[in-house]
Amino acid sequence: MATEAPTAGEYIVHHLTHLNSTGHAQKAVIDWSVWNLDTLFFSVSLGVIALFFLIRAASKATAGVPGRFQAAVEILIEMVADQAKGIVHSAESRKFVAPVALTVFLWIFLMNSMDFLPVDLLPKIWQIATNNDHAYLRVVPTADLNGTLGMSIGVLLLCLYYNIKIKGFSGWVHELFTAPFGSHPLLYPVNFLMQMIEFLAKTVSHGMRLFGNMYAGELIFMLIALLGGTATVYGFVGHVIAGSIWAVFHILIVALQAFIFMMLTLVYIGQAHESH
Amino acid sequence: MNLNATLIAQLVVFFILAWVTMKFVWPPIVKALDERAKKIADGLAAADKAKADLSLAEKKVVEELRKARESAGDVRGAAEKQAATVLDEARAEAARIIAQAREAAQGEAGAAAQRAKEVLRDQVANLAVAGAERILRREINAQVHADLLANLKQELQ
Repeated sequence: MATEAPTAGEYIVHHLTHLNSTGHAQKAVIDWSVWNLDTLFFSVSLGVIALFFLIRAASKATAGVPGRFQAAVEILIEMVADQAKGIVHSAESRKFVAPVALTVFLWIFLMNSMDFLPVDLLPKIWQIATNNDHAYLRVVPTADLNGTLGMSIGVLLLCLYYNIKIKGFSGWVHELFTAPFGSHPLLYPVNFLMQMIEFLAKTVSHGMRLFGNMYAGELIFMLIALLGGTATVYGFVGHVIAGSIWAVFHILIVALQAFIFMMLTLVYIGQAHESH
Repeated sequence: MNLNATLIAQLVVFFILAWVTMKFVWPPIVKALDERAKKIADGLAAADKAKADLSLAEKKVVEELRKARESAGDVRGAAEKQAATVLDEARAEAARIIAQAREAAQGEAGAAAQRAKEVLRDQVANLAVAGAERILRREINAQVHADLLANLKQELQ
């Protein structure tokens, strides 16, 4: 090796640093002038790939005997449509909400699936391509809080939109001050505070849940890779066993988190349709 | 774990992807699914109807067969009856014709015998006259002895 091997701490910190527009790790907790280029690239690419396959299936969709690909897409759509029908009771809203749920599910599923690639594969390729041993790259867009909170805030905006659309602006404001405890001037501030907390908690937990799962999953893959990185027999055996078990378990997490995010999207939008 | 402008970008991408799905993916596939569901429902209904039609047709066939068998029996009975009638008539006609022929033959035979007898009688009478002539060597006046000859003839009858 030309340079000395990084310590375990350096290795993990390096892997958890984004390739951003500044070229070095972001210092401030919140800095609106910085873009995470890796998250943007992978999330947009995977979104485009997902849409490409969906549009291909949609353009070939016929009422005749479906092929395997078409049947697979139809199973997915049928699943999402059934869930949407059970949760959002307005057929008019479902015209947009059900496609949103489908997009969210497929997109997050693909983004989560980036975890199945070996943790060092794409970063190493990127380092060779840029001829920079210290180039940063993170390949799982859902292990970036910006990615997941971006989507959960999108869901929040949809909730606000449907709240106003279904109940009318005054009806919604009335609800903000009278629910959940009842209509009494003394209760108005309490109700309003509760409503604000509810919206905030929903949105933050929605994004944080996905982020936390994928971030932790990625971290464990890195720890397992460190085990193999010791280049001993025990390390190798431990890497193979732990890596296999965690990868298989992670398949469940990937699908489950995508499904949970989709279901919560539907539930939150469904709640926006119901009056307290 | 830092927040930055990526969040806004992700938010925008989220809505773009959702909009494209709503516009270009969802409607055609759902339409195809609904059409296929309708097609299958129609097919099942048609199959049920065909099954009902089939059992109806089978019932009809059995009924028709029964009718045909019945009418065939009727036709055969009538034909047998007619045949018997025709046979009887033919038999009676034949018997009549035979009886007639026998009668005619008997009549003819009687007449022929009569004629033969008369011829014979004439000849006998002539023979008798010729014999008597020869015996008497004398002409016998046929006129005078006509009565005699007539009597003779009568006797020979």
